Amino acid sequence: MNGVIEPIVGRYVHVDIDGEMYRIYFEESGAGIPLVCLHTAGSDGRQWRHLLADREFARNFRMIAFDMPWHGKSNPPASWDGAEYQLTTARYTQTIRSFCKALQLDKPVMMGCSIGGRIVLNLAIDHAAEFRALIGLEGADFQAPWYDTSWLNRPDVHGGEVCAALVSGLMAPQSPATSRAETLWAYKQGGPGVFKGDLYFYRVDGDLRGRVEAIDTKVCPLFLLTGEYDFSCTPEDTKRTAAAIGGATVTIMEQLGHFPMSENPEQFRRYISPVLDRILAAEAERTGLR
Amino acid sequence: MDSASNATDAAITKAFAGIAALLDQAPALIARGRFLDCECLLGPLSHPFHASIRQGRIVDLTPSPVLMRSWRFSYRASAAAWAEHWQPAPRPGFHDLLALTKRGEATLEGDLHPFITHLQYFKDVLALPRRHFATVAS
Repeated sequence: MNGVIEPIVGRYVHVDIDGEMYRIYFEESGAGIPLVCLHTAGSDGRQWRHLLADREFARNFRMIAFDMPWHGKSNPPASWDGAEYQLTTARYTQTIRSFCKALQLDKPVMMGCSIGGRIVLNLAIDHAAEFRALIGLEGADFQAPWYDTSWLNRPDVHGGEVCAALVSGLMAPQSPATSRAETLWAYKQGGPGVFKGDLYFYRVDGDLRGRVEAIDTKVCPLFLLTGEYDFSCTPEDTKRTAAAIGGATVTIMEQLGHFPMSENPEQFRRYISPVLDRILAAEAERTGLR
Repeated sequence: MDSASNATDAAITKAFAGIAALLDQAPALIARGRFLDCECLLGPLSHPFHASIRQGRIVDLTPSPVLMRSWRFSYRASAAAWAEHWQPAPRPGFHDLLALTKRGEATLEGDLHPFITHLQYFKDVLALPRRHFATVAS
């Protein structure tokens, strides 16, 4: 055998979510503090492949990226009758917590991007004690809408093409063409109505304005990082959100947009590495290794 | 209007007038628009162009106004926005057609169906002057 084999391993876990079993696909690599990564709306866990392949991070973190049901290799549940998919705050929260429980993860670090960045805030409000740290990429309590989501799923518009074309401009112009294309490929592969259904959470059900003040970063540290080219969740959106939370750490990432981990993994690494270092240092202090 | 903004307007108009020829040199982009036949209004807010697109090629590009000419959709932006959009690395918020509409620098009007079905095509067509704008503007 002379092919290059990456350290990432993919498996399926059967997860009970609200009384129904889901077959969830996840990939992982590394050992140590569990670090669960949440993909953006309409995409899947492949967005995290560069992070998971990072051998330095793998020395201290068990990095896990799972595909939400209806996304990537996680199918809809067996009971699905074709009804319109719609992600709610409650369902999203339950899915994450059930997945962590199924893998018996001990106080994982949770890192989410976009809708994942939003739900991280929700986890900080309602379930902070279950997590070691929370990292929200491209996250805010609310973002002003900039297009009509009904274009995303209708028979006279190609869903894959329109989903990809809409989000293409959310990436930084400096991001490498191959990484931009790979990021868009996942959008072109998404199931009909899935991106739109995810945005129900983002646009309708997940407005956290007036709630983020309840976050206590002493219970669980919160890191918010947003790319300067993200015009969906703008740096101003993230800063406004952080201003209402005592102790949240905010970083505006240069030459990055809405998909930092996949559109320019090298540039993203410069920003996420210090955050992971801080989490490691806090862990060392907690366990008396310092 | 000062002489600097007059110069920008003139450069933008000149760049727009050259888009059809730039598109002719981009066969992959034409191929992506091969199912598109459309009349649209594109360009600066105050003096856009009527564009006639046939099978992905711009076969006619005429400065407005043209008496009683119809169009299905219009995408117009301020001259300053186009000038920034066509920089090699545009500033955040000026780097995408829908970033410009969100920040109020551009307007999108009419029947959006042809625009949405060919969104990446229009993004790429309207970015064509990027490589040449510095030369055109100088």
